[in-house]
Amino acid sequence: MARPASAYIAGAYELPMRLYPDKSLAELQAEAMLGALADAGLERSDIDGFFCGPDAPGTGPLSIADYLNLKLRHVDTTNTSGSSYTIHVAHAAQAIAAGKCDVALITLAGRPRSEGRAKGALARTDNPQQPDFQWEHPFGLAVINVYGMTAMRHMHQYGTTSEQLAWVKVAASHHAQHNPYALFRDLVTVEEVANSPLVCDPLHRLDCCVVTDGGGALLVVRPEIARNLKRPLVRLIGSAEAPKGQNGGEFDITVSGAAQSGPAALAEAGVTGADIRYASLYDSFTITVLMQLEDLGFCAKGQGGAFVADGGLISGVGRLAVNTDGGGLCNNHPANRGGMTKVIEAVRQLRGEAHPAVQVPNLDLALVNAIGGQLAVRHASATLVLERE
Amino acid sequence: MAQAERIPADPNPSPETEAFWEAAKAGRFLVRCCKACGKAHWYPRTLCPFCASLDTEWIEGSGRGTIYSYSYMRRATPPFVMAYVALAEGPTMMTNIVDCDPEGLRIGDAVELAFRSSEGGFAVPCFRPSGVGAAS
Repeated sequence: MARPASAYIAGAYELPMRLYPDKSLAELQAEAMLGALADAGLERSDIDGFFCGPDAPGTGPLSIADYLNLKLRHVDTTNTSGSSYTIHVAHAAQAIAAGKCDVALITLAGRPRSEGRAKGALARTDNPQQPDFQWEHPFGLAVINVYGMTAMRHMHQYGTTSEQLAWVKVAASHHAQHNPYALFRDLVTVEEVANSPLVCDPLHRLDCCVVTDGGGALLVVRPEIARNLKRPLVRLIGSAEAPKGQNGGEFDITVSGAAQSGPAALAEAGVTGADIRYASLYDSFTITVLMQLEDLGFCAKGQGGAFVADGGLISGVGRLAVNTDGGGLCNNHPANRGGMTKVIEAVRQLRGEAHPAVQVPNLDLALVNAIGGQLAVRHASATLVLERE
Repeated sequence: MAQAERIPADPNPSPETEAFWEAAKAGRFLVRCCKACGKAHWYPRTLCPFCASLDTEWIEGSGRGTIYSYSYMRRATPPFVMAYVALAEGPTMMTNIVDCDPEGLRIGDAVELAFRSSEGGFAVPCFRPSGVGAAS
């Protein structure tokens, strides 16, 4: 299959702290932008496209673009919750291919930890006018209790166990011990995860990702620009997105949108799951990783538990290294949206700039997948396939 | 039940759904069904999500179903069971399981309608294990 005209991720930057009590959201946006520019070797004046999510305060992109004083000819505020920034990479490449911009900035910043909000166990604060609100809000819909329903159903259908889910967190902790910026750097065992307090059966406290302040930024650029920079070349070669809802009440919550976006992105890239040795998978909960592994085709449906067990996701141990920065489960989950940090760690891996203890040797392909929204209710999966040239 | 039961939050009825919530206050559980394709759907809407017809109507639901999945918010105050119930009419709906031992629930268990009054007095369609009895 002929690959479409594509673009390169030339700059990637993750804000180093996990708590920012004394910074504004706009300051964090600015620091993220400057970090990505310095990483790429570009100037602010090079930016002509801007992509952000609703974590950027203001009407769409307008307030933060003005604060940063960007001179733009393309903006995009696609919001699919945590997968927004993963989708933004694909949309930026499409905009570049269409001639709408040359250097696209994608930002994320948030302070849920400082602001004491964003606990996954709290009821959502949705717009009461959205048509599903009156059928869900009365019942106390919170993030964790619908991911809990996915885990419960997966256990029922496939015999998945809490100990298998725990391996996802154990692998994240093995990686996070090497990340000096990670919120949690201590190794944990399967027993510690499976015996941590139940928050929402069947999910335990250590099945849940962290709450952190922070953020990051990416720069997606036209090929001619990327080739003139001094950084390793990381090219987007495949992408796809898949919103999935309740289908009028006829649904299977053990299948995510990744079953659609994964094969589509891999086909566009002209590779298969067997070619992938590193994947960044948005780990909002341990079950989310299991679901993505199955739906992306790394293992058969229902076999995710066996795939992750015994260190299956640990770099240097398992077949597939996953989230070598420690992921959202141990490292960082800025603004409660994991799609940005997933891209950043994939770029580090492809550049050979991950921590030596977790770097996958001679890596030339990486897959990124993020699921934003609520897995069991409505969500959007976004898949990227990235290549080191 | 020894423990206090969670009081449902208020829905926000729209002109499209007022009939449902009015019927619920009278103890009736309505399901939206398409006259064109004959299928019931959830959540209720004018547009049939299956065939895109606008020719849909309210029918009387049986109030019977089975647990498709659930989770137990044991750390909430008070704790409660979030669930998807597969209705006898076909579609699966989000709800709470009440009048139950949360640790004794199983996927596939038969459940029946048990309206609960919300903060603002709406009758919210919850479910309880079948055979619990009508006295609660």
